[in-house]
Amino acid sequence: MLDGSAGSARDRFTGEFILEVDNVRKEFPGVVALDDVQLRIRPGSVHALMGENGAGKSTLMKIIAGIYSPDSGEVRFAGEKLSIKTPIDALNSGIAMIHQELNLMNTMNVAENVWIRREPKNAMGLIDHAQMRRQTQELFDELGISLDPTALVDDLTVAQKQMIEISKAVSYNSDVLIMDEPTSAITEKEVAQLFRIIRDLRAKGVGIVYITHKMDELFEIADELTVFRDGQYVGTVPSSDIDRDGVIKMMVGREITDMFPKVDCEIGEVALEVKGLSRGKEFQDVSFELRRGEILGLAGLVGSGRSEVAEAIFGVKPATSGEIIIDGTPATITEPAQAMSHGLAFLTEDRKESGCFLILDCLSNIQMALITREMTNKFGFVEQSRVNELVNDYVEKLRIKTPSLGEIVENLSGGNQQKLLIARWLLTNPKVLILDEPTRGIDVGAKSEIHRLITALAGQGVAILMISSEMPEVLGMSDRIMVMREGRVGGFLDRADADQVSVMQLAAN
Amino acid sequence: MATTDVNVADATPKSRKLPPEVNIFFVLIGIAVLFEVLGWIFQGQSFLGNFARLKIMILQVSVLGIISVGVTQIIITGGIDLSSGSLVAAVSMVSMSFAQTSEYGLDRVLYPALVDLPVIIPIIVGLVVGACAGFINGWLIAYTKIPPFIATLGMMVAARGFAKWYTQGKPISFPTDSFARIGEGMNPVIIFCIVAVIFHIAMKYTRYGKFTYALGANETAARVSGINVERQKVKIYVIAGTLSALAAIVVCSRGQTAQPGMGLMYELDAIAMAVIGGTSLAGGRGSIIGTAIGMVILGVILSGFTFLRLDAYYQEMMKGAIIVGAVIIDTYRQKKKV
Ligand SMILES: Nc1ncnc2c1ncn2[C@@H]1O[C@H](COP(=O)(O)OP(=O)(O)OP(=O)(O)O)[C@@H](O)[C@H]1O
Ligand SMILES: [Mg+2]
Repeated sequence: MLDGSAGSARDRFTGEFILEVDNVRKEFPGVVALDDVQLRIRPGSVHALMGENGAGKSTLMKIIAGIYSPDSGEVRFAGEKLSIKTPIDALNSGIAMIHQELNLMNTMNVAENVWIRREPKNAMGLIDHAQMRRQTQELFDELGISLDPTALVDDLTVAQKQMIEISKAVSYNSDVLIMDEPTSAITEKEVAQLFRIIRDLRAKGVGIVYITHKMDELFEIADELTVFRDGQYVGTVPSSDIDRDGVIKMMVGREITDMFPKVDCEIGEVALEVKGLSRGKEFQDVSFELRRGEILGLAGLVGSGRSEVAEAIFGVKPATSGEIIIDGTPATITEPAQAMSHGLAFLTEDRKESGCFLILDCLSNIQMALITREMTNKFGFVEQSRVNELVNDYVEKLRIKTPSLGEIVENLSGGNQQKLLIARWLLTNPKVLILDEPTRGIDVGAKSEIHRLITALAGQGVAILMISSEMPEVLGMSDRIMVMREGRVGGFLDRADADQVSVMQLAAN
Repeated sequence: MATTDVNVADATPKSRKLPPEVNIFFVLIGIAVLFEVLGWIFQGQSFLGNFARLKIMILQVSVLGIISVGVTQIIITGGIDLSSGSLVAAVSMVSMSFAQTSEYGLDRVLYPALVDLPVIIPIIVGLVVGACAGFINGWLIAYTKIPPFIATLGMMVAARGFAKWYTQGKPISFPTDSFARIGEGMNPVIIFCIVAVIFHIAMKYTRYGKFTYALGANETAARVSGINVERQKVKIYVIAGTLSALAAIVVCSRGQTAQPGMGLMYELDAIAMAVIGGTSLAGGRGSIIGTAIGMVILGVILSGFTFLRLDAYYQEMMKGAIIVGAVIIDTYRQKKKV
């Protein structure tokens, strides 16, 4: 394909497993992340790795990709013991990885990001930008991705960035491709595209490790699955031999029944009204009403302007025209702080970019929004014991897995970081809660817990606007669904009339 | 089972990491012991046993320490302040010009109409000048979005120019007795301690402190969390400017004179103290306690060199190496995740 350097091991290799992990143990201060785990990946197959948030999935993948070194145990690749010290070693031996969090350079363009460290050079030894653009275009054509290679990464949506990460990983033409929750931020259209890519790679003999919390995907794409629980190996089964409940039981050790415990709440006055909101080419003339106690689902394809509308309402990137009316009075919102003073809260989509303070501790992360408005005395001192009570309450309710509240958030698993951000906003007691992909990266058990919490909030009269790319979530949770299409409101659907097909019809043109 | 794991720390985990300040403190002890040993070997006497020397050492660095308390906060936001040394000169000149006495004749005084003022006047004037300079720094950085390096570099040059212009390069002397008493005896150390305690508490227990760390850790997230990023930055730079002014007042009071050349390279010493004390130039990490220890480390090293009769030029070169070394350690700490 595009890069001939790797991709040879699988042609020579005739054994049963391309990648074997044995008795791997990894401890971090305060946590045993992996305890004697194993994993076996066949060439030309998709192997799903399942487990609750903090089960150790990403940690094992990072060990395989050379980011962490194991305390003990062995990783064998194509039958030989691997001694990988750095991510570059891993890539050179034929192991590529798509990380759970985005790792792109925002100030560089798409092509530069894809070919970083492997830039095509001209005769003078300088980077050949034209060639790099062509290569990127070829790659995108092959993968069926429509993205401008010269676009600045900063201007793209999270989903588009995710597609860059995917194509970059594929471009290494590796023997083993690790995908750590690649679909947590993309819509069904991109998921379908990704699955096409995965099937192609599988046919070429690539061994694929696929991590997800979405059960439907599991049965659509995976050949086998391995389950970890609390850093321990639970078992490996062919995915044809097990069903959804079986997997969940392996993951959590109990059965989880109702997935979307939506109860109908009393719907009250209009809490938030948006009239003719527009911002440049991103979205135009968006109008809707959101009532107390109502959950309004916001669906649409990637790039349809859903997150942008939410950002405009909250003042992250203010709209250029249109009106925002809160509780019947027009409000000027040009800063998040103003939005918060009107009782709004906004969980953003990209937890690394605009959510977490990765190098600060859990407590600081959870309380930050709360203390901007309350819980401080007139000298500016934080009333820490009162705050801690609230924080501990949410840590328990959301089952945030961390050694202590003093732990640096960077050390938490992706799903637990997400829970922490949810806690941050719930603590502020909002009147209007805007959630952008609220359960991104969250495991099945915790997901239904969060859905329960959201529903409970609606029951208390909170107005909720929920953006989600997960169709079952939108359909299951919303009282009404607003579908966006190319920056405009495509239409509204009532809970009773909404199904997959009707939403997709409004979303696509 | 996983779903009940709140605050779990199961199965013989590795010991928890110590707070970084503890490590820095051990570094301090190590360096002090090293000089003690070298002292007996090369000079035949104790380094730590000489109380007078330690007193001079701590006096020398505590003025820098006052500046560094402000600089630390700036570095925690991910910024930098290059203007503090020049501000010391500018503020000294202004403050001293309001602190002169008529005792030695009015022909020796800059403003003959403004002599023998109560001591509070030069203090307030000085602090206000520092706060204004800090405000300009902060405003430029917050609202015009120019990098802190550039904004404070401009202030560094401009403030030095201002100090020279103020008297066309001439020094100002003859302060009132009450002004001269500000920097007397151990006062600089006491003032440093008060400043350090106040800002230690502010950084740890107030939302001013929490917001400062948040800014350095992730500015976008800070804004989305409802922090007024611009206002917070201005506050921090105003505080740093005011602390530089306080240091200026202490220095010129102690020396009983103000000259345009004062405070040369103070900004670098203040940055060095913060960095040696574990404040990360990448922002988000650091503490006032760390800076206080960093201050003592720098003091011990400098006074240790003098004690070993190391050539002054040599000392400067070593100081350069130590600052770079501290940054290397910081960079290493950032990279090393496991
Ligand atoms: N660098 C680190 N330092 C300390 N602890 C860590 C570190 N990385 C991971 N951990 C801990 O190890 C455990 C496993 O984390 P890991 O990220 O592997 O979980 P995961 O299975 O990928 O979860 P998720 O589904 O939420 O992504 C967690 O408890 C986490 O807090
Ligand atoms: Mg993970």
